[in-house]
Amino acid sequence: MAEIVIKGVAKSFGAFTALHSVDLTIADQEFMVLLGASGCGKTTLLRIIAGLETPTHGEVWIGDRRVDHLPPRERGIAMVFQNYAVFPHLTVFENIAFGLRMAKLPQAEVTRRVTRTAELMHIEQLLKRYSGELSGGQRQRVAVARALAMEPDVILMDEPLSNLDALLRLEMRAELKGVLAESKTTTIYVTHDQVEAMSLADRISVMNGGYIVQADRPTQVYRNPAARFVGSFIGNPPMNFLPAKRSENGRWQVAGQDFEGPETAAAEFAIRPEDMHPAEAGLEAEVRVVEPLGPHTLITAQVAGQPFRAVLESDRAITPGEVITLAPIPDRIRWFDPETQKAIA
Amino acid sequence: MARALPYLLLLPASLFLLAFFFYPFGLVVVESLTRGGEWTTENFSRMTGHWKFSQAFWNTVWLAAIVVPVQLIMALTMASVVQKLKTGRSGLLYIFAIPLGISDLAAGLIWLAIFEQSGFLNSILHAMGVIDRPQLFLGYQSLWVIFLAVCLAEIWRATAIMMVIIVAGMGLIPKEYNEAAEVFGASRWQRFTKVTLPLLRPSLQTALILRILMAFEVFAVVVALGGTTLPVLMGETFQWQFQLQDRGVAAAYAMVILGLSVAFSLVVLRLLHVPKGARI
Ligand SMILES: Nc1ncnc2c1ncn2[C@@H]1O[C@H](COP(=O)(O)OP(=O)(O)O)[C@@H](O)[C@H]1O
Ligand SMILES: [Mg+2]
Repeated sequence: MAEIVIKGVAKSFGAFTALHSVDLTIADQEFMVLLGASGCGKTTLLRIIAGLETPTHGEVWIGDRRVDHLPPRERGIAMVFQNYAVFPHLTVFENIAFGLRMAKLPQAEVTRRVTRTAELMHIEQLLKRYSGELSGGQRQRVAVARALAMEPDVILMDEPLSNLDALLRLEMRAELKGVLAESKTTTIYVTHDQVEAMSLADRISVMNGGYIVQADRPTQVYRNPAARFVGSFIGNPPMNFLPAKRSENGRWQVAGQDFEGPETAAAEFAIRPEDMHPAEAGLEAEVRVVEPLGPHTLITAQVAGQPFRAVLESDRAITPGEVITLAPIPDRIRWFDPETQKAIA
Repeated sequence: MARALPYLLLLPASLFLLAFFFYPFGLVVVESLTRGGEWTTENFSRMTGHWKFSQAFWNTVWLAAIVVPVQLIMALTMASVVQKLKTGRSGLLYIFAIPLGISDLAAGLIWLAIFEQSGFLNSILHAMGVIDRPQLFLGYQSLWVIFLAVCLAEIWRATAIMMVIIVAGMGLIPKEYNEAAEVFGASRWQRFTKVTLPLLRPSLQTALILRILMAFEVFAVVVALGGTTLPVLMGETFQWQFQLQDRGVAAAYAMVILGLSVAFSLVVLRLLHVPKGARI
């Protein structure tokens, strides 16, 4: 059992606050992805969980044990580093065996585990090589094998695929997902790539400026962003936002159209680009750019003077300069509080 | 043309080396193997036949055998400490490097001022009441004190050069390796022996070879502290060349020093060899 509980963890570097009070619970065997733009504090949070960084405030618990005062090796974790950190002076075999040797496992057990994880990661033919003789992808595999060989309660990964080329990344992503599901460890995986996050995660924690803005299942994060930031960060292209004017209680004027909305004093209208279709009545969009993407067509337009994107079926020809009317799917419309930037339920 | 350019640029330096190093070097080799124009090994047999040779040889070897390991350990310790500092690092490096700016003779004289009969050590011991009259520390009756004083002076003088090389080498090791080792269960000491030291091998090679060469050429410090009481190879070379005016035997001594240096350099290179593909 390795549930991870993070309670009020904060971290400052001098006057700069990298993490504001972070609360997060990661269930046993869950695959949690920390997603956010560069510099938002993902690595800092991961390193605090690993024990490579001390939090300024707060507690870290791993499986009923408070660990924030323990050194990394007493936390039952293994880690895959962004630059792999495969020891150059050791062979692949000794790299994978490193943690096992530190734990003083008998040689037979070391050999068994190294062989097994090497087979799992398809690097059994590389065991005698040094890291200088490996490609980036192979080094990545060694780093993962080294972590798996520990049979840890928790595996921490910091952007493990970001240094691989696109094709390899796709391949490794699928492989990682399979291997980690098999291993039954709790995984915390840091990435800035939302597609990676979506495809791997049981849950995604979206981070922004040292805060966790939302922690939920990928579809929830996508469909029901808890904050404007989440909608604008996740999705490619991201969510569209339009100002709304209250006409009467629960009714809103958006780009000259009447919509049913929340019963608040102020609100902002939001819709995902793919949640609209051309119709007789709807938002009037002046088309600026048309990008055919095969199955869909990406339209960049202006609605009420605001930039606005739509992803439409490619069966109808649309030309720049044309004005089209787009009807949002009613139950896909989201509303945000312009003051707090939070979603209005 | 473009391919030849690097070689052309290196040509003057190469010629300079050939002219002012290999030519005189060749002359010394010839000198050591000739006497009165005849090819002979007599220089070497004269050298080994002299009662001071084996003393000089073993004094030099023992000095190196004691000073170099002590310096290596001190330099590694100091470098590890300096490496961890967040502020004041360059300031400390400067302080450690001060002895580097002092010639070996000056260093010897400084330590003479400490150890001699009217020196600091005597004054301090006298002031503290440990001794009631000045002691002769560096007399021929107590060779081991001279030996110890030379060791101290050498350590004081030349540890910094090793430390500077090692600090530079440690700076080249990415922090992630140490962190990975930490996560995978290595203690502080294990991280040092299993990660830092192996990754430091190239720097250790440089530092050790440089230092061993210096150790076999030890001379001025010994002369300053002990005159000729403690014979060393370089001192004997000097004696034969200028006092006894026998260039042949002096050249033979030089060849012995050279032989030791080459042999030990090869040993260091072999022991600290980093296989291809295992470099950072
Ligand atoms: N050791 C440090 N000293 C000072 N600032 C740091 C340090 N580590 C990280 N930071 C700062 O903290 C912020 C978060 O960093 P990090 O967690 O690495 O972001 P991410 O991994 O999300 O890109 C960044 O602005 C970074 O500059
Ligand atoms: Mg990062």
